[in-house]
Order: sequence, then C-alpha cells, then structure tokens
Amino acid sequence: MSAEEVAGTVESGMTIGIGGWGSRRKPMALVRALLRSPATDLTIVSYGGPDVGMLCAAKKVRKVVAPFVTLDSIPLEPHFRRARQAGEIEFAEYDEGMFMFGLLAGAHRLPFLPTRAGLGSDVLRVNPGLRTVRSPYADGEELVAVPALTMDVALVHLNRADARGNAQYLGPDPYFDDLYAKAARRCYVSCERVVENLLKEGPVQSLLISRSMVAGVVEAPGGAGFTSCEPDYGRDEALQRRYVETPWEEFDEQQG
Amino acid sequence: MSSRADVCVVACAEAFRGDGEILAAGIGGPVTVLAARLARLTFEPELLTHDGTCLLTGDVPALGEAPGVVEGWLPFREHLWLVLNGRRHVMLGASQIDRYGNTNISCIGDWARPKAQLLGVRGAPGNTRCDPTSYWIPRHSPRVFVPSVDVVSGVGTDRGAFDLRRVVTNLAVLDFRTPGGTMRLVSVHPGVEVDDVVAATGFELDIPDNVPRTRGPTVEELEVLDRLDPERLRDREPA
Repeated sequence: MSAEEVAGTVESGMTIGIGGWGSRRKPMALVRALLRSPATDLTIVSYGGPDVGMLCAAKKVRKVVAPFVTLDSIPLEPHFRRARQAGEIEFAEYDEGMFMFGLLAGAHRLPFLPTRAGLGSDVLRVNPGLRTVRSPYADGEELVAVPALTMDVALVHLNRADARGNAQYLGPDPYFDDLYAKAARRCYVSCERVVENLLKEGPVQSLLISRSMVAGVVEAPGGAGFTSCEPDYGRDEALQRRYVETPWEEFDEQQG
Repeated sequence: MSSRADVCVVACAEAFRGDGEILAAGIGGPVTVLAARLARLTFEPELLTHDGTCLLTGDVPALGEAPGVVEGWLPFREHLWLVLNGRRHVMLGASQIDRYGNTNISCIGDWARPKAQLLGVRGAPGNTRCDPTSYWIPRHSPRVFVPSVDVVSGVGTDRGAFDLRRVVTNLAVLDFRTPGGTMRLVSVHPGVEVDDVVAATGFELDIPDNVPRTRGPTVEELEVLDRLDPERLRDREPA
C-alpha cells in the first residue's frame, strides 16, 4: 500500500492510535499522509510526540488521549501547547503506566484493568470519565479501573516487515507498538524496508507484530524521520529544531 | 574546590543511601544522573543504574558514554513494571511543589484552558504512589514552591504518597519528616542562609532550631565526579 492509501481509509471522527514514544519511531510518513487527507475531528491516542503536534497544527484533532506530549531532546511540543492554550482541543490526561494498562485492556478485549497509578492525583479530577473499583479479594483495596483504550485505526513504524504484514523491530525498545496493533480494529505498519525473510535481519524475538493483526504494509524508507528509528537512524535534531522554530505552514510546505 | 553543583549532586546521591538493589533513576539531566552513578560508585554499590534509554549498565560510564558492560534490558514497558513493583527510586523534576510534596508538571493555570501547557502528568502519579520518590529542583523560588499546585501530577504526603524522601534544590535539602508530613528544612548549602530559603519558598517551612550545612563532596567523591563529568556539565544546572 501507499501512505496515501492508508490515510484514505481514515474517516472523520475516528480514533487513531499512534505507536512509538515521544519523538521516537513515530510513523511520520503515515502521519504526513494523514495531514494531507480530508479526515478531521480525530481522537489521537499516543505516547505523544510530533505526531500529535503536527495533527494539532493542521487542525485535524478533536481530542488527545495521552500521558505526555514531548519531543524528548526538546521537552515541550509547541503545536500541542498552542492548541491546548487556545482551548482548541480536548485532552484526556493519563499516567504513563495507566496508559499502558489501557492498551493492555484493549489488546485483551477486557473492559478495564486495575492499577494504583493515578490514585490521589488530579488525573481522576481532570479526566472525570475514569472510575475506581474495589478489589473483590480480602485486601478490599480501591484501585483505578483504567478503561480499555481501543481504536479504529493504529499506525506504527517498524524497521522491517514482510509483504504479508509480519513486522520486526531491530532497535533496543519495542515501545508499545504490538499493543496498539492488538487494541485497534485495523493496524497499518510502515517500515524502513520490506524484505522476504525477516530472520535474515534479526532474531526471532525481534518479530513484534503478526500479520494477523495487520491490515496493510507501507514501505517508507526514512518513514519515522525526523524522529528516531534505531538502529537505522537517530533523531534528526537539526530538523526537529527547525520544526519547533518555524511557523507551521512554512515548515509543512518545506516538507512537501 | 567544590562547586554548588557538586554539593547538589552529593545531596541528591544521599537520597539513594540505603536503597540497595533497586534502580536509581535520574530525570535525565547531569545532576540526577551523576547522583545515581556517584552513589553506586561510593556508598551504595548494589544500586542498579541505567543509560538513560533502555539498558541497565553493568559498569558506570561517564556522562554521554555508552556502558562497556550491560547487565540488563529495560525498555519502557519494564520501566512501568518497575514502578508498580516499587523497585525504583526516582528523582523527578517539578514545575510546582507544595508543602506536602504535591507536584505539578502538567500545566500552569486552569486545566481546561491552561496559561502554559507543560508536559502532561507523565509517570508522576504512579511514581509517587508506588515508588520511593525524591525531587531535584535547580531553581528554588516562590514560583516553584507554591501554596497549592495547579494540577496534582505527583501526589504528596496528604494524598497517599508511597515514600517521599527528599527535595534537593540549588539552595537546600528538604524532607517531609514532620508529624504532619509537611516540608522541613534539613540543611542549607554552603553560602546559603536559612533566610534565603525562607524568602524563596511560597509557604511556611518547618525549620529546626539548628539547621546544619549540607556536606560537600569528599576527596574520593570529587575524583569520581571529575571522572564521570570531566566537562563539568553539572555546573550548568543549578540556578
């Protein structure tokens, strides 16, 4: 598939999960295709980085569900900040661990998973959809019931994939991309290179996502740039800095 | 000769004293990262330290250098597991902190339409509820030490914090070992007076009759710090 074809399957109002973490291994080729598609009014579920920022800048977003939005080496994401400060978007705030439990619940078709993370904090105040649950066992502990994070579409970028949709990470961290794939109704994988035999590229435990969870594969060399995609490339810090310092329309035009 | 930053690194390292075989995690800047590595190389040798991404380091490399020996794999999902298991003492940052150690890194102003959107709560709710937590605040001021934080990201002693150990700033060391769990002045750094700390704090501090000086680094500790940070990146952090 092409990135444009993937973006063409996204309809306005959908919930989109985006893999990676912060400014690391974000499916930026797919995000850029989404920027140019007519879809709008999206809910974005993400350990957020420039994916969230760009979609906010392009006015594609109704709601962000995230524990943070950051560019890692540059702590604050300018376009997400502006959208929040202008009151343009809704924001469902999560603790990082809560968020993982939401993905795990979604991936396992559970309505929720319990955790202590969030108790006592303002996450429960500013995210009033969250409920607590009492342990049915002798401890009787009150816990946060993190609702399943489910999505219409998940977008992830990995190092390698085969044409059928099996996908492989070769970097040091899988992030949560397998959980996004499992928690979404449809998952699209972009990759640096489509290959015939994934085991020539890395060990069997680097096979993160099975084709049974993948609706389509896009070969997109450099498709995570300017975010990192170890070991194929690190973050393009100069381009990331330009993204932060350049007005969005100008940056978007330069990127084509 | 030791600098203010050296005193701050040692004070942060002291937060890890007695922790044993758990992960000592800094927030990424030189001071907290050096603190964990210094503690491991001197008085707390069982500590686990990491490389800032996803490796547990078998040796203790200098800032910016890769470990020569790797003893474990710590991708983000393992970090989140460690948090729930309480096997991690994290030294966090905070844009605001109150008298009970409630902290804010989410946003300044009204949450619905903030004056300044910051990071989001990140892992602070879970860190503070499940793990030993300390804070490093490089600029001690009334803008940071506020009567009440705008959004509680990390929970304080009045909201079920697991174990708030200490707050190290560019001026002083503080903790919460009072009957009410309120912030107490433990020591002031060399060159700082108690009044300086009071003036930089926007709420009432518990102040003992005699406030000692924060200790400086030993000769051995200075040698370790100079090896781990020959370019003295640490000196850029405290205000």
